[in-house]
Amino acid sequence: MSGLNDFTVKIATVNGTGSASANGLLMKAIFRMGVPVSGKNLFPSNIQGLPTWYEIRVSGAGHTARRAEFDLVVAMNPATYARDVAEVRSGGWVLHDSSWPLSPDLRRDDVTFLGVPLARLCNEHFEGARVRILLKNIAYSGVLAALLQLEMDVVEGLLEETYGRKKALLDSNFEAVRLGYDYAKEHFDCPLPTRLERLDATAGHILIDGNTAAALGCVYAGATVAAWYPITPSTSLVDAFQAFCTKLRKDPGSGRNRVAVIQAEDELAAVGMVVGASWVGGRAFTATSGPGISLMSEFIGLAYYAEIPAVIFDVQRTGPSTGMPTRTQQGDLMTAAYASHGDTKHILLFPADPGECFAMAVQAFDLSEHYQTPVFVLSDLDIGMNDWVVPALGWDDAYRPDRGKVLDAEALERMERYHRYLDVDGDGIPPRTLPGVHPKGAYFARGSGHDRYGRYTEDADAYTDVMERLARKIDGSWERLPEPEVLMMPGAEVGLVTLGGCRAAVLEARERLVEKGLPVNVLRVRGFPFGPQVGEFMEAHGRTFVVEQNRDHQLLSLLALETGFPRERLVSVGSYGGMPLSARDVLEGMASGGVGGEGDVSSQAASERELRAPIAAALGRRARGEP
Amino acid sequence: MTHIPKPRIRHPSLRINAVGLTRRDYEGSMSTLCAGCGHDSITAAIIEAAWELDLEPRTVAKLSGIGCSSKTPTYFLGTAHGFNAVHGRMPSIGTGAQATNPDLTYIGVSGDGDSLAIGLGQLCHVIRRNVDMVYILENNGVYGLTKGQFSASADVGSRAKRGQVNRQQPIDPALLALTLGATFVARSFSGDKAQLVPILKAGIRHRGFALVDVISPCVAFNDHEGSTKSYRYTRENLEEAVDADFTLPTAGITASYEPGSVRAVTLPDGSVVHFRKVPDEFDPGNRDRVYAYLRERQGAGEIPTGLLYLDPDAPDHRDTLETVSTSLVDLPFEELCPGREALERLLTDFR
Repeated sequence: MSGLNDFTVKIATVNGTGSASANGLLMKAIFRMGVPVSGKNLFPSNIQGLPTWYEIRVSGAGHTARRAEFDLVVAMNPATYARDVAEVRSGGWVLHDSSWPLSPDLRRDDVTFLGVPLARLCNEHFEGARVRILLKNIAYSGVLAALLQLEMDVVEGLLEETYGRKKALLDSNFEAVRLGYDYAKEHFDCPLPTRLERLDATAGHILIDGNTAAALGCVYAGATVAAWYPITPSTSLVDAFQAFCTKLRKDPGSGRNRVAVIQAEDELAAVGMVVGASWVGGRAFTATSGPGISLMSEFIGLAYYAEIPAVIFDVQRTGPSTGMPTRTQQGDLMTAAYASHGDTKHILLFPADPGECFAMAVQAFDLSEHYQTPVFVLSDLDIGMNDWVVPALGWDDAYRPDRGKVLDAEALERMERYHRYLDVDGDGIPPRTLPGVHPKGAYFARGSGHDRYGRYTEDADAYTDVMERLARKIDGSWERLPEPEVLMMPGAEVGLVTLGGCRAAVLEARERLVEKGLPVNVLRVRGFPFGPQVGEFMEAHGRTFVVEQNRDHQLLSLLALETGFPRERLVSVGSYGGMPLSARDVLEGMASGGVGGEGDVSSQAASERELRAPIAAALGRRARGEP
Repeated sequence: MTHIPKPRIRHPSLRINAVGLTRRDYEGSMSTLCAGCGHDSITAAIIEAAWELDLEPRTVAKLSGIGCSSKTPTYFLGTAHGFNAVHGRMPSIGTGAQATNPDLTYIGVSGDGDSLAIGLGQLCHVIRRNVDMVYILENNGVYGLTKGQFSASADVGSRAKRGQVNRQQPIDPALLALTLGATFVARSFSGDKAQLVPILKAGIRHRGFALVDVISPCVAFNDHEGSTKSYRYTRENLEEAVDADFTLPTAGITASYEPGSVRAVTLPDGSVVHFRKVPDEFDPGNRDRVYAYLRERQGAGEIPTGLLYLDPDAPDHRDTLETVSTSLVDLPFEELCPGREALERLLTDFR
């Protein structure tokens, strides 16, 4: 039940009115009070005028998944009043702008309406239409500060950090936040029962989004080339990279850049530039989303076959086609795993949060150069664009990049002859050479059929020979991929296999199930191809649920395809409508036997009953067939 | 057999250049194109230009797309790295590679299908960026490997081998490049090595993107009556608009030209391009005049050739990116990774 340091606020505003800064202010103020917080920005594909929502979940226990049960709704957008009021939980509160009367048919008897004449207050105190609109958001932040017992000196400290150098702006922000705060204090019984209290749970943590963290990872990995084409929700990754490089990658002598950031004409060119840059020895990456992956596929096949590194961040959004560009999904698993025509398979990394975006960015470059092949980091909009509380990023100064097997001039000089695709070490990874280093190293990189010597071929055996080695190389890569995260407890017969951003919801669901007496084990895959551990985990559990966010059970299919585990023994659970996954989604999916009916809990009668009751209890329901 | 190496025979009488190499050292494997293909003549011109420029093959990166023309980089500079990209996407490989390592000499070879149809977008943008490379467009008006379909450079009214007549407007790469702000635009004919070699040398030395459109007849599918890209048609209608000669900075200017008939343009590396026989109404430094001239001569049924336009001082792609002048590959990791203490400082923004 919601209460002290445990509640969710939903803020409904109009896109382009400056609510993002107000919401960011609230998030950071809560974080600075030492209380774990997560924010989900549900924004439209629009610059100005359409409805937008921001959900703030406060969880002293540290739960970061979305929680779609709202204790307090800030209804600032008349266009969505009806929907917003309907979403407040029974017993909750609605904060609205009472400058105009609220339509009586919006009234609900089971919630408390808190009217603040925000527009009127701002009109009385500030000049200019734009300023009034912007400051209205700061004013509701002041109201929330009073209602939720947000420490005002923390809020004011943050405003000072933001506007400190612009005195006039700082003063008006101070005034706006005070207007809201004082009004609430005077008119309402502050604070509400759902309120904040200072904790010490965010020490050693940061509040960061995944795209920023991934960009920082690219800087730290020593990436020197980024080529990209703007696409939501990946754009902010390259924007952040560029911003970091402006600070960190200037040559002190010349003032010029130790990096090339190239905005391409499309994703085909973006990935081509990455492949070209990697071919001559640069550390290069691109960031995109599903539609971009579709366009890049031809070159990805070439990079796989010609064995050229390429790091590709796929910040997933809903597909197919343009889909919903500002909504999250894990819909590109299959596409990325086998991107491009012909027989291909690619290394994938699945970060669960911004912390892993940072670490996996670095790993992606190392793996890509080690295996001389494209590596995908499959993030998503929820991880990439929302702020998460994660342990502060760490860095080991002893780290040096794994550039893979690259022959230098001396090594080439010593060789009698060099052959590009000859597996001299028996590990499926032939050494590569870079242009310009030594005439003996020359070879012709090509997507056309080639033999182990790098020569063009149309010979069946010579072609097959290379293809078999490529399969061996990629299949063996699991050894170097991040190991799965495994959480085991005694007596557990139920296993949850998941990936990426589902982690938060899965761990919360597990906690609730354990409370209700159902022990549950979790395995979160962090890389593809899967290692043997994944198949063993599924074998070891009587019932395995696969939690993911797409319609077609893509993780489940990959597990079945790649491990040979019978897919009828796996039950798919999740949601794919574009919202970040909640613990409730997981539990409801388990209760119903999975989205789309994949698998069937009821047919596995053995432990049906002991499973149903705790799941229902975790959902706060009675199990089917129980009195 | 799908790969034919060329036997290495070194005759003592073969001349060597400043880096101690003979012309044979600039060859690659045996051509597998049709006998008489214009592309093979262009390959020979590239070999000659590279030899005369004393290029070390190791310092050259050969790039191509897909098609007959794109096969040719294996036929020259066998000890240079090569990259055979996907169809029409060679410019992006060149852009990424050149941004990363500017120390290499980039020679791109493409065709009219690769450049003007599937790859038109990438061609336009590599021109806009002024990526430092020479881009040789081996233009025969036809798809050879798929046996004779019209390409986007086929002229209206030109007749395919099977008799169909093209009714669609052609894309002229030289005019296209001029409108897109190209800094080096040339056109030549595969059968005119004397003209082509100096153009290629100037293109290689030009700092920026050098487009060299080379009419290169296809003996198998586009060398018949009714074709406007046949040897016969090209020879009959070719009009040398300007004669450009190229002199290396070290060579000194020894050629004697009639006073007033020569215009010298110095490239940033000190080498000099001499424009001779320049018609009065033509000025290779004036984009609009060149454009108007080409349109006018085309209207008269001529194919104007030569180094048509040159702007030697425009910023190239790396200037625009403000990238350090050295190769990014050589930057030590210590200069790229800010380290743990810097990370601590950076993270204060996120606390």
